[in-house]
Amino acid sequence: MRHLRNILGGWVIGALLVGCGEVPKGTAGPGAPADKKIVVWHWMADRQDALQELAKRYEAETGVKIVFELFAPSDAYSQKVRAAAQARVLPDIFGILGEKRDFAAFIKAGCVANLTPAMEADNRAWENLLLEKAVAINEFKAGNPYGVEPGIYGVPIDFMTIEMLYNKKLFKELGLDPDRPPATFQEFVEMGDALKVKKMQGLVSGWAEEWLIGCFALNYAFNIMGKDKVLATFRGDVPYTDPGWIEVFSLFQEMRESGVLAEGVVTMVNKTAEQLFANGKAVFAFNGSWCVNVYQGMNPALDYGVMLPPAASDENPMSIWGNASSFMVNARSKNKEEAVAFLQWLSRRDQQAYLAQRTSNLPANKECLGEISPLLAQFADDVELTTHPNLWGVSEFPLVSETLARGLQSIVIGEKTPEQVAAEVQKVKERELLKKRK
Amino acid sequence: MKLESTLKSTLENYGFIFPAVLIFSLFYIYPFVQIFHLSFFDWDGIVPFKDAVPVGWGNFKEIFSQDPTWWQATRNAGFITVIALTFQNILAFLLALACDREIRMKNFYCLTFFIPVVLSEIVVGMTWRFLINDFDGANVVNRMLGALSLSHLAHHWLFDPRTALTTVALVHCWKGFGWGFLIFLAGLQTIPRELYEAARVDGASAWETFRNITVPLIMPVMGLVAILTVLGTMQIFALIIGLVGGEFAGHTSVPVLRILASMQGSSRFGYACAQGMTFGMILVTLSFFQYRLARRARV
Repeated sequence: MRHLRNILGGWVIGALLVGCGEVPKGTAGPGAPADKKIVVWHWMADRQDALQELAKRYEAETGVKIVFELFAPSDAYSQKVRAAAQARVLPDIFGILGEKRDFAAFIKAGCVANLTPAMEADNRAWENLLLEKAVAINEFKAGNPYGVEPGIYGVPIDFMTIEMLYNKKLFKELGLDPDRPPATFQEFVEMGDALKVKKMQGLVSGWAEEWLIGCFALNYAFNIMGKDKVLATFRGDVPYTDPGWIEVFSLFQEMRESGVLAEGVVTMVNKTAEQLFANGKAVFAFNGSWCVNVYQGMNPALDYGVMLPPAASDENPMSIWGNASSFMVNARSKNKEEAVAFLQWLSRRDQQAYLAQRTSNLPANKECLGEISPLLAQFADDVELTTHPNLWGVSEFPLVSETLARGLQSIVIGEKTPEQVAAEVQKVKERELLKKRK
Repeated sequence: MKLESTLKSTLENYGFIFPAVLIFSLFYIYPFVQIFHLSFFDWDGIVPFKDAVPVGWGNFKEIFSQDPTWWQATRNAGFITVIALTFQNILAFLLALACDREIRMKNFYCLTFFIPVVLSEIVVGMTWRFLINDFDGANVVNRMLGALSLSHLAHHWLFDPRTALTTVALVHCWKGFGWGFLIFLAGLQTIPRELYEAARVDGASAWETFRNITVPLIMPVMGLVAILTVLGTMQIFALIIGLVGGEFAGHTSVPVLRILASMQGSSRFGYACAQGMTFGMILVTLSFFQYRLARRARV
């Protein structure tokens, strides 16, 4: 009997200990105290120190404590936020990674507050501070295909563009003018011969990651076919076997045949590609503006320039991707007002300038663009040319995007032709369209 | 009085196993049932589950009839598994045989062979990528081939779709043979030495001793190692990310990477769960047949 009592007693003590455990930080669910403490979840390891410093300043100014909790890498963060949304334990402020449909799903699940009233207050004072493109990334327009109530649901804290970079020192070794990067796709592929002679590697990028090779292809799809035709393809009105798409896919074949691509480019994650470019082992890179910070850390002496991907056609302007790192306010947070107030403060000039200076990212605040480094300014010059799937109002089926990226990888390694890839992508597209109609 | 004592004793016994049963049910059985349940829905993992769309067996039908990438991934994992079952386990067994004898620095060898097992798969992948690749690495393999006057065999081992999967399989064998080695060694050490002495007295040759004593007695261990190898190898994925960055146009695609792609790339949680269930059934079936085979070999 004493044994039984001990066992039961042990269980009761165990249960009490578990029950008395600390409530997870940042929960805004029922019973969470509405004190002056705002918890922010994010994935941006390179911004953590700067954000913590800003949190200290904000607490000194207002008495509201801000706790930035970092969860990296981004894949793990993405899963954490989804799980927290299910369990309704999202913090007061958080970021959402993924495509617009994921963003929309969070909104429809009641996890994201509509910030439109705050943005539009005082003659749109808050909204007018920010880059239009950065705001648009967080905006759902009337009649959006996701069925989300129109409005602005996120606050951009910085902006990034994805462009090409070239190593000026290697350009000189190739006998080229380091201030005149190739302006056309033809000039670019013609460099392949010189690269082979000098035994240099050409373009590096994280093309093992499907989104990055897809991004490169879509830049050229916009350039060759124009936005309307690309979006018509997504809607299912234009097939991937259209000559325009074949032309886009053929660019990858041309790059492979000319030798302008680095060996094994489709087996590189972007971190590998960044290391190679930073160490001067490749002449070109296709990377986002976050690379300024990355290269600074890897090789401060790296001398490089920023260029648009060289245009393959004069028909349409070259488009590049631009995206914002944004924070959303938890619609269920008891500290919603304080959270909005903090994000307004974070959008202001001083804080944005500090973030840009510490993290070498493009600020989301327009007023700070004049205060950034010359290198970052090269990225900022092309902000007007940016586009992003989150702005298009129509999105491609994930399986089609995946098949497209795999097909491009196959072209780069020389095992498929552009026509074969086009046919495969179209087959998947038709299957997905059929499924949707059902 | 006796009944009360039996009841008390039974309750006590259940009290002892209750925590284990609770933990097992909570963290193994419940998630398993949930995954099975989710595999019948179209769900993005974000909207409340009540809004998920039931699709019946639709996800399974898609896997079996419309998803060639899944079966390509399964074939790739099967190929790596075959290499591991043969090359890796033969190597492990031979090394265990060598270390079962009285040799110098035996403990040092045991330790060295086990080191790759404890290393992170990503670290092993990235290190081997560096060792194998030329322009972004040390190019060790091709240099060795050159030193052996075999430079005509020099090759972009990881960048060529014809050799990428085999290279992945060989690196996996390097990383994993330590487990087999350790289990084989433990198995060999349980074979009574008297049997070997008796065979020697009877004039049996080394080969006869190996064939008639070592092999039959080590057979149950071989069965165990084979099952562990299949289960461990079929679930490979981190090593592939370290070596070739991912699926490499499908050439290094494996089931776990496909499940990840469904969950993270496409936000199709229901489909990913169906893939997980299918994959689980494949592993259970394989293990069952292996177990039967091993038992028959023992008889």
